[in-house]
Amino acid sequence: MTPPAERRLLTPEEYRQAQDSPEFTELRRRFRRFAFPMTVAFLAWYLLYVLLSTYAPDFMATPVFGNVNVGILLGLGQFVSTFVITHLYVAHANRRTDPISDEMRERLEHHDYAPSARGTTGGTDLGKGGATRA
Amino acid sequence: MRSVLAADGATATVGSPAINISIFGVFVLVTLVITFRASRNNKSAADYYAAGRNISGTQNGLAIAGDYLSAASFLGIAGAIAVYGYDGFLYSIGFLVAWLVALLLVAELMRNTARYTMADVLAFRMRQGPVRTAAAISTLAVSLFYLLAQMAGAGGLVTLLLGVTGEAAQALVVVLVGALMIIYVLVGGMRGTTYVQIIKATLLIAGALVMTVWVLALYGFNLSALLGDSVANAVEGRDVLAPGAQYGATSISKLDFVSLGLALVFGTAGLPHVLMRFYTVPTAKDARRSVVWAIWLIGIFYLFSLVIGYGAGALVGPETILGAPGAVNSAAPLLAFELGGTVLLGIIAGVAFATILAVVAGLTITASASFAHDVYASVIKKGKVSPNGEVKVARITAVVIGAVSIGLGILALQAGLNIAFLVALAFAVAASANLPTILYTLFWKRFTTQGALWSMYGGLIACIVLIVFSPVVSGAPVNPATGLSPSLFQDVDFHWFPLNNPGIVSIPLSFFLGWLGTILSKEKPDLDKNAELEVRSLTGIGAEKAVQH
Repeated sequence: MTPPAERRLLTPEEYRQAQDSPEFTELRRRFRRFAFPMTVAFLAWYLLYVLLSTYAPDFMATPVFGNVNVGILLGLGQFVSTFVITHLYVAHANRRTDPISDEMRERLEHHDYAPSARGTTGGTDLGKGGATRA
Repeated sequence: MRSVLAADGATATVGSPAINISIFGVFVLVTLVITFRASRNNKSAADYYAAGRNISGTQNGLAIAGDYLSAASFLGIAGAIAVYGYDGFLYSIGFLVAWLVALLLVAELMRNTARYTMADVLAFRMRQGPVRTAAAISTLAVSLFYLLAQMAGAGGLVTLLLGVTGEAAQALVVVLVGALMIIYVLVGGMRGTTYVQIIKATLLIAGALVMTVWVLALYGFNLSALLGDSVANAVEGRDVLAPGAQYGATSISKLDFVSLGLALVFGTAGLPHVLMRFYTVPTAKDARRSVVWAIWLIGIFYLFSLVIGYGAGALVGPETILGAPGAVNSAAPLLAFELGGTVLLGIIAGVAFATILAVVAGLTITASASFAHDVYASVIKKGKVSPNGEVKVARITAVVIGAVSIGLGILALQAGLNIAFLVALAFAVAASANLPTILYTLFWKRFTTQGALWSMYGGLIACIVLIVFSPVVSGAPVNPATGLSPSLFQDVDFHWFPLNNPGIVSIPLSFFLGWLGTILSKEKPDLDKNAELEVRSLTGIGAEKAVQH
């Protein structure tokens, strides 16, 4: 087992403080404002594709060039959109959310969100008080 | 389906079983050596369950692909494309798009908050006992369904690839697969399993690449010409370039496909053996990197399958495929034989077996971890158990699960039961029992224990009840070609649910029950725990670190 002894546990107050902090609100907002609409978008696009394939096979069979038809192009389009969304998400995370979460993690490790966050190094009292590990 | 098929040579096996067996033997030997070497570092629970969290993002991406691309993906999708054309392709798209759910909503947040199992997150801010029990039951159900389908698939594959028929030979293969799977898991733990999956994914993707380039080269890299040839060879009157050949027959079968599509796209991010792979990397960023790798590998692999499938349709022809032992599943091996003779066939056959081994090992370790960590350590012993004691229980569980799946796998084969539907059922349960609860837990502050239980048990029970009373189990019309009904049980009919796939009912039901259970419960959500979960999930503070050796 990895002994957790080397890190002092965070108290519920610290988590509440961190959760209420403006930087966390911003982090959550940035994460959700990308992830949620994007999820809705790709699910809708996938569902549209499945519905077209099941209920509009004639439209999907429309030839575009050679033997390649609309259905094959839309299917390949699902692959392309999946790869593009993957790329967009990674770029978004690297630029928009990682900097905040890295900084907050750093500050949490130094107990910057403790209500009495001054000179607490080595203190043991804060480590108890209901702090738990998952 | 036309019945001209079994006209000639239906029992002949292509290729040389000796070559097939020796190539598979080499794979087994190499992976066993690596597994034993990996076992030297297996000291702690984090080693056994999560490979010490030392797997890199790239390695984990390969391992995820190895875990996810089952024989059904490889042989089944290529075969479905070869015979039914477009509808097989349609199937693979759901399997891929589903990974965006994992990437955007699940992977990193789970890595940041869980230690070993899905229940670590689900029980985080709930009452531990009931939620862990429910999550473990659902994990065991999904794993066992998936495992049994793979075992039966291994038994079927042997007929096709080794030229042996008969119950004894099939049973022997199931025992062999089960025994190897137990060894990988017992000796290698998650690290050994990971290496097996990495090797398998590399072989599988390389093999598919060779076949793809070969087929395209025959057509001067002109996709349209390849498609044209497969149209010319298609079963009479079937347009293999348009959707509908397999699913488009009736309004029920159309709805059935939509239902399957929902289960695929919501199920993947709720598959416990996929979730568990996220815990093997050091940080959330590596979890993200591994999903990105997995998406590229899986996506490219399915693009290869498209070429292999239409290639098999064009070069081998659907009638030959359906006439071969293994029917649809024989498309890729037959194409390999057509292209590269016995050697390429041997390689592809070996890869197909390797595929089954890697998948079953991943399932077994997940199921054993869930029982030992969630049920034994947390619920039965209330957390008062040493990590070593927990790992010991996990190992015993792995043996028991292995033995049970060998036994049930043989039973299913001997009784001639068609249990391929269990894969779709596993996805449906993962999509209904697991994913709604995961999303509510991560994103809905008010979610309570009662909501979690209603959603998990509701989703699980709905899936199983609907399947039991569906045409999968009884009452599907008899196929005139074989004289048999595709249902699990012949000659009885107690079905009332018209669809083969329960997802379209069970997934919304589970989301609804999660919401209803929450708003009706008197329990106040634990806001402290919610703060901890949310801060940890987004910042990674307090996340389990890699083990230093």
